[in-house]
Amino acid sequence: MPADTPHPTARAPHWLRRYLTIYAALWKNSIVREMGFKTNFLLWIVVEMLWFALQLSFMFVVYSHTDRIGTWSKWQVVMLLGGSHFIQQLFTAFFLTNCTQLSELIRTGKLDFMLLLPVNTRFMISFRQVDLGGFVNAASAVAVMIYAGNQLQLTPTWAQVAGFILLAAVGILIHYSLMFLLASVSFWTVRAQGIVWGYYNLFNIARLPDEAFRGLFKAVFTFALPMLLVANVPVKLLVRKLSSPLEMMVLLGMAIVCLALSEGVWRFSVRHYTSASS
Amino acid sequence: MTHSFAVVAMKKYWHVINIGIQNTLVYRVNFLFRAVFALIPLAAILFLWRAIYAGKESGVEVAGYTLAQMISYYLLVTIVDALTAVNEDDWQIASDIKDGNISQFLLKPIDYLTYRLCLFGTGRLIYTAIAVVPVTLFILQQREFFVAPPDWGTFGWFLVSTAMTALLQFFMSYTMAMLAFWVLEVSTFIFILFAFEYIAGGHLFPLNILPPMLAQVLYYTPFPYQMFFPVSIYLGQTSGPALWEGLGIQAFWVIATYGLARFFWSRGIRKYSAVGG
Repeated sequence: MPADTPHPTARAPHWLRRYLTIYAALWKNSIVREMGFKTNFLLWIVVEMLWFALQLSFMFVVYSHTDRIGTWSKWQVVMLLGGSHFIQQLFTAFFLTNCTQLSELIRTGKLDFMLLLPVNTRFMISFRQVDLGGFVNAASAVAVMIYAGNQLQLTPTWAQVAGFILLAAVGILIHYSLMFLLASVSFWTVRAQGIVWGYYNLFNIARLPDEAFRGLFKAVFTFALPMLLVANVPVKLLVRKLSSPLEMMVLLGMAIVCLALSEGVWRFSVRHYTSASS
Repeated sequence: MTHSFAVVAMKKYWHVINIGIQNTLVYRVNFLFRAVFALIPLAAILFLWRAIYAGKESGVEVAGYTLAQMISYYLLVTIVDALTAVNEDDWQIASDIKDGNISQFLLKPIDYLTYRLCLFGTGRLIYTAIAVVPVTLFILQQREFFVAPPDWGTFGWFLVSTAMTALLQFFMSYTMAMLAFWVLEVSTFIFILFAFEYIAGGHLFPLNILPPMLAQVLYYTPFPYQMFFPVSIYLGQTSGPALWEGLGIQAFWVIATYGLARFFWSRGIRKYSAVGG
């Protein structure tokens, strides 16, 4: 059964409105669900803040013994930590749970039910849940970035800020595409969830300055799993470290490739899907 | 008589170890993935330190570490981590309590803590056996930066301390998992403790590059003895009286956390029985 397409007679504004209504309902669901476990919700925010503080203290300790990593100064690296945390947390808010749960949907046969819904199945799987804690954590990242910006005496133009937000969105799109792609492996093996979490661990690389890396490692994490692009490029735009606009084009190009690839694999997988229950 | 009791007990837990080995072998592919994936952030942090040293004159030390010593530090952390880290033991203990699986242990002549310790030991054994291939290859690739311990005696104390590290890791996680008797969702607490172990234990950076005051305070907490201490013995940084003092503090924490583990188990069981009727 192919992934269903929007109703043929529907005009663009109409289907857009319909999907927005559905997404609003999903948001409402998520809020109700989170508020059912308030203490847990708050504790998870504490955990995330603690790990963010931990990364910051690592860099402060390192910079108590050096002035530069490559050409990166202390507050530029703090800006990078903030930027990558911002991207990671927004990704968590919108997509993380949804991607990791795909294997569960397949294993339990709930996917069958979603395939029957009169909406695009990939839309439904990708946007099912919103993790509200991610927005709180993203806000803490913004606070750190503003502080670092002050220390650097940056006065970003509106164009730069808008550019950062756009590039950050492109970075999130890359993470989403790759993780969804890996989650699609669950159509063939129950081990996929481990692979998806393995990928999530690679986010650790995204918050390190790209200049430190060389050789094969740099090539792999730029052009295969573009960890060294997703946070570095948007932050370099803000702190005026971009060597050429080419870096932004590479980020955008990688996003398009990843998205196309994940859509291709998804369609192929669904076409070969034969339910878990029957 | 006591002799034969000991033999019976040995036999009993030998069975547990056997079952543990068979159960963990199921996850061998999983372990291999994990060991390989763990090398990626390790490589990343080594790149970062190389870039820092590259910005200085050659042969210069950063906080008393040459580049080779710094790289050796992280490689040793990887080895000690493979040998001692608690993998999923705490989650499993917590879910045993939550799902009521511990009831059967209350009826059987088997001690739950010893049982879990056997499983932890076998888990580490198998993980190490599997991780040894990728980790050795990685170290060989970095061999020009890998320093040997000053002498065999030092290496011996490193092994003793690593064994105590494993026990300390296990008893702390076990105590933490006892929270499941009182709290429904223990994962957040486990992650909070893990964050402290990660930074104050020396996973992220050697603790002696911290300001001396802060490092001194940390030496009296259990965290450095969960990772940093054995590594510093290997690197020859802790010797003489400091070695005996450190081993003493480490032994103290092992015994203390063992006591806490026993204490919270007995308190928990009292509450558990009450709820179960």
